[in-house]
Amino acid sequence: MIKLTIDGRLVEVPKGSSILDAARIANIKIPTLCYHEDQAVKANCRICVVDVEGRPGLQASCATPAEEGMVIHTCSPRVIRARKQIMELILSRHPAKCLTCEKNGSCELQTIARELNLTKSPDYTTDIRKSVIDASSPSIVRDMSKCIICGRCIEACSKVQEINVMGRENRGYHTMVVPPYGKFLADTACVNCGQCVQVCPSGALTIHDDTNQFGDALMAGRHTIVQVAPSVRINIAEALGEEPGTVSTGRLVSALKILGFEKVFDSDFSADLTIMEEGSELLYRLKNGGTLPMFTSCCPGWIKYLETFAPDLRPHLSTCKSPMEMFGPLIKTYFAEKAGIDPKDICSIAIMPCTAKKFECRRREMNASGERDVDFVLTVEETARMIQAAGIDFKNLEETPFDNPFGTGSGAGLIFGATGGVMEAALRTVYELVTGKTLEKLDFEAVRGFDGWKEASVDLNGTVVKVAIVHGLGNARKLIEKVRAGEADYHFVEIMACPGGCIGGGGNAPRTWAKMAKRIEAVYEAEKELPIRKSHENPFIKQIYAEYLGEPLGEKSHALLHTHYVDRHDLLTT
Amino acid sequence: MEEVKVLTKNCGKINPESAEEYLAVGGYTGLKKALSMSGQEIIDTLKAAGLRGRGGAGFPTYRKIQFTYDTQADVKYVVCNADEGEPGTNKDRILLSQDPLKIIEGMTIVAKAIGAHVGYIYLRGEYSYIRETLYAAMRSAEALGYLGKDILGSGFDFEVRLASGAGAYVCGEETALFESIEGRRGEPRFRPPFPSIQGLFGKPTVLNNVETLANIGPIFAFGPDWFRSMGTEGSPGTKLFTVIGNVNKRGIYEFPMGINLKDLIYDCCGGIEDGHALKAVQAGGASGTYINADQIDMILDIDQVSDAGGRLGCGTIIVIDDTNCIVDIVCNNAFFFKEESCGKCTPCREGTTRLYEFVNDIAQGRGSMGTLRKIDTLTSVMNDASLCGLGRSATVPVTSAIRNFYDDFIRHIDRDYCEHCRTAGSV
Amino acid sequence: MGTSEYSQVAPLTLVEVARLAAPYRDQPDQLMRVVLDVEKVVPVFSPQVTAVIAREMNLSQTEVYSFISFYERLYTGERGKYIIHMCQSAPCHIRGAKEVLAAIEEFLEIKIGETTEDGLFTLAYAPCIGACDVAPAIMINDRVFGNLTPESVRDVLKSFIREEVSGWRR
Repeated sequence: MIKLTIDGRLVEVPKGSSILDAARIANIKIPTLCYHEDQAVKANCRICVVDVEGRPGLQASCATPAEEGMVIHTCSPRVIRARKQIMELILSRHPAKCLTCEKNGSCELQTIARELNLTKSPDYTTDIRKSVIDASSPSIVRDMSKCIICGRCIEACSKVQEINVMGRENRGYHTMVVPPYGKFLADTACVNCGQCVQVCPSGALTIHDDTNQFGDALMAGRHTIVQVAPSVRINIAEALGEEPGTVSTGRLVSALKILGFEKVFDSDFSADLTIMEEGSELLYRLKNGGTLPMFTSCCPGWIKYLETFAPDLRPHLSTCKSPMEMFGPLIKTYFAEKAGIDPKDICSIAIMPCTAKKFECRRREMNASGERDVDFVLTVEETARMIQAAGIDFKNLEETPFDNPFGTGSGAGLIFGATGGVMEAALRTVYELVTGKTLEKLDFEAVRGFDGWKEASVDLNGTVVKVAIVHGLGNARKLIEKVRAGEADYHFVEIMACPGGCIGGGGNAPRTWAKMAKRIEAVYEAEKELPIRKSHENPFIKQIYAEYLGEPLGEKSHALLHTHYVDRHDLLTT
Repeated sequence: MEEVKVLTKNCGKINPESAEEYLAVGGYTGLKKALSMSGQEIIDTLKAAGLRGRGGAGFPTYRKIQFTYDTQADVKYVVCNADEGEPGTNKDRILLSQDPLKIIEGMTIVAKAIGAHVGYIYLRGEYSYIRETLYAAMRSAEALGYLGKDILGSGFDFEVRLASGAGAYVCGEETALFESIEGRRGEPRFRPPFPSIQGLFGKPTVLNNVETLANIGPIFAFGPDWFRSMGTEGSPGTKLFTVIGNVNKRGIYEFPMGINLKDLIYDCCGGIEDGHALKAVQAGGASGTYINADQIDMILDIDQVSDAGGRLGCGTIIVIDDTNCIVDIVCNNAFFFKEESCGKCTPCREGTTRLYEFVNDIAQGRGSMGTLRKIDTLTSVMNDASLCGLGRSATVPVTSAIRNFYDDFIRHIDRDYCEHCRTAGSV
Repeated sequence: MGTSEYSQVAPLTLVEVARLAAPYRDQPDQLMRVVLDVEKVVPVFSPQVTAVIAREMNLSQTEVYSFISFYERLYTGERGKYIIHMCQSAPCHIRGAKEVLAAIEEFLEIKIGETTEDGLFTLAYAPCIGACDVAPAIMINDRVFGNLTPESVRDVLKSFIREEVSGWRR
């Protein structure tokens, strides 16, 4: 431990701490922009500078190691002057559109500007960065006039996802953070995972807002049928200001009803459906020498990634659609029939923690019902904004259950939101299907946790099934390399594009690993309390097969619940 | 004034691509001695000699090498900074194109000290036309056994690789140079970690300017006492002074440290051409202070120039006569930094352009006392908060010019400005 | 801006680019060398070219493009056969660089940043090129021309034009 003085206070901190760490331990707030607790230190915004006695100039607190005996001033007039000037320099390039910006109220830049009390007239003439708004992607909107060149998005896309969509172009005053050659996102290898949006401190990168489509659907008198993903019930309260990991399933359904959604269904149900189909598919491949390892296919970011970077490995992908896209056709066929509604009058909506789902629902082949199976997708953030705009007092809402016939999901469905969840859910079903025995301990600890690459093996009546779970596309790249080298000695691999799984998807409130830990804990805690914890035991699953689908991998299942993939590698050649 | 030709002794006199000719004029004497010394002995010799960096910072050379020597690592590097981007400077080009083996000998001695087996010469893109000379010189040295494997049978291996720049002044900054060699944009790194611990490719690295390296062979050939017999106590040895601008005899001159600037301009370089009067002098390159005619009675050694508020830097002296307008000159200087900022950190990326705008406003007759106040605040913050030396250095010319040529700036603010600015327009 | 503004690169040229880049797969520190080599065989670093460099070196197109766009002497856009680097730093500035620049601009009818219509010359800004002893000076590709006056720089440009035309005739 080392001792130092900050603003007159004696502080003791572990060796290896930065001045910023030390300040946080002492409850002293130093503003930051380019610094992100889950990323490498960049030290380029310089807003966190402090005065260290004995050193010339000011030091960036994020990048300067704390040393024994240091005397630091974080709010001397010299430091405040520097902070204000730096903000003025940034804001002179920034559009003054806070009132109508999607990040109004949740923007790190705005927060610092407010806290620094920049009321005097600025020294610099306004010279907003010239940029065309890129709304080519259905998931992410880029407005580089709001960019502060912090580089957080570059790190998310290049170091974590290893896709490298955007980089710094030119240098000096004219530096921009853009895809090469001014390409729009739709022409790049962007998979829409939204991890860049998750870390952007300003309004340069935002989620494509589709909330107006809901209003339009209501006004047109359509039947608004919404499915809610497993992660949403974990994350919606956090997006509305509550503690991360606050489960609010019942309150969420109430809020959606107040907003006007006609039916609120539980995507955990279709997650169970996915397990039925995918589990059966795995067994089929195991028995009949199908392409192994089989890859999960419920993550649209991962699908687009494989289609772009390794289209030759498409046979490895399960042909199962994602839970969302399995649900879509059932709503416009089975449910429409049952409810006596013309499918054309149904607006099938999904609330997801995922930005890539906005791309997925537009894929040409997602029309098994004869109509667009899912008309549009809303993220957790958009739903939170709708709830706020409606003036709903979310904290004090009563609880409402999901609607039937799709209101029940098992615990296996709920854990889809966590990395390893799909695998665990599948194993719970596959184990019992193959061995005929009841699974004593439902928790497959080996597949849980934040390790980017996990492996496990399960003994199924003598056959050892080897599985792997990867998350974050950097790890997906490793998997692909291993498969190509013939070293992927697994039968089944779960891949999630977003680190940590859907619970950390691009459509949620901005993530940190600290928050993720709380979110994941909530997932497994909530799951334990559910009466049914295995997909094949869900009575509504049994019902839909008996009444409508027949059997897993049967003709009707294939038509509605399975899909094919395309080759997108030309995105890498232009 | 008599030049003392140590560094430029061979320039123009030998075939730069021939190790034999270099050897014949006394080259490699230093290397032969150093090869039998231990790393610490080499460092102690340099400490005794008192050599300080000739690229601009004036840091004691031995200390840099000591830090790198002290760091444990499997691989270490020696890097020669031949990015020479400082406006007005071409001394390194002369040395490298006319006596390259002297520099490579210096690199080899440093490498021997720290145990490095690979060295890099980072050559700015504008000097690509001397690459062939460097390659030929290295081949010749290797053939003679003075470079490559088992140098002179000592068991010590050292090879030199050429890396190229492509037009970025900021790559003269140590860590930006490393970034460029590593195949990335030349954006400086923050410190710590320091290059002697984590430098090129993350390994302990010693980086030296071309001229600094040129001194090392002679120091070992003739001894530290000989080196100290020239120059001043704080800055021993000789220095290449590049005098350009409105003088009669522009050129590169090698003198011992400690000559007087006034003598340099009037005795050595024949004074101001065409009978004009001296208006201003900028010493040290683009980031040097502008001093006026009353301030040129100055001893040119690292500490004395620094004590006088300036910076000897790389030894470039730009002499400006009274046909020029100092505000226009400062504007040109600010434009240079605006174009060369790498864009990584906020104060420099935005500040260099804003600083140029302010100075240009004054030059164009759009300035006010408020502009001077804004310049003062901006330069203070750029100096306080920039990530690397470029952002800090960009402020020095402007603040010094306003201080030493205050009346000129006021005249422009009073709309009583000169023909020069009136017809100039922005750069 | 946009990738459509670049004309298709001949397949044989792309093969040559691949050949130049392939030996340095997984050696990102060789990017400068590869770029300087490729510069000699392609008229412009178009998206196809940088995509091939990226593929062969196992980098991303973004990294290659970002690298090229940082350096003043490398171009992501169209450039002429001869790039005139007009030194605009102080030593040249106080020895008449402005008049030399004006002469070039008038003679070629382009401003800094522009390329002549015949694609022969691009006029570019340059900071000090290290030829201060012969200021005012310019560089045309790798060659330095110093001690210029408005008249002598016109002669220099004319010599380049003359060489071009005679080359075509041959």
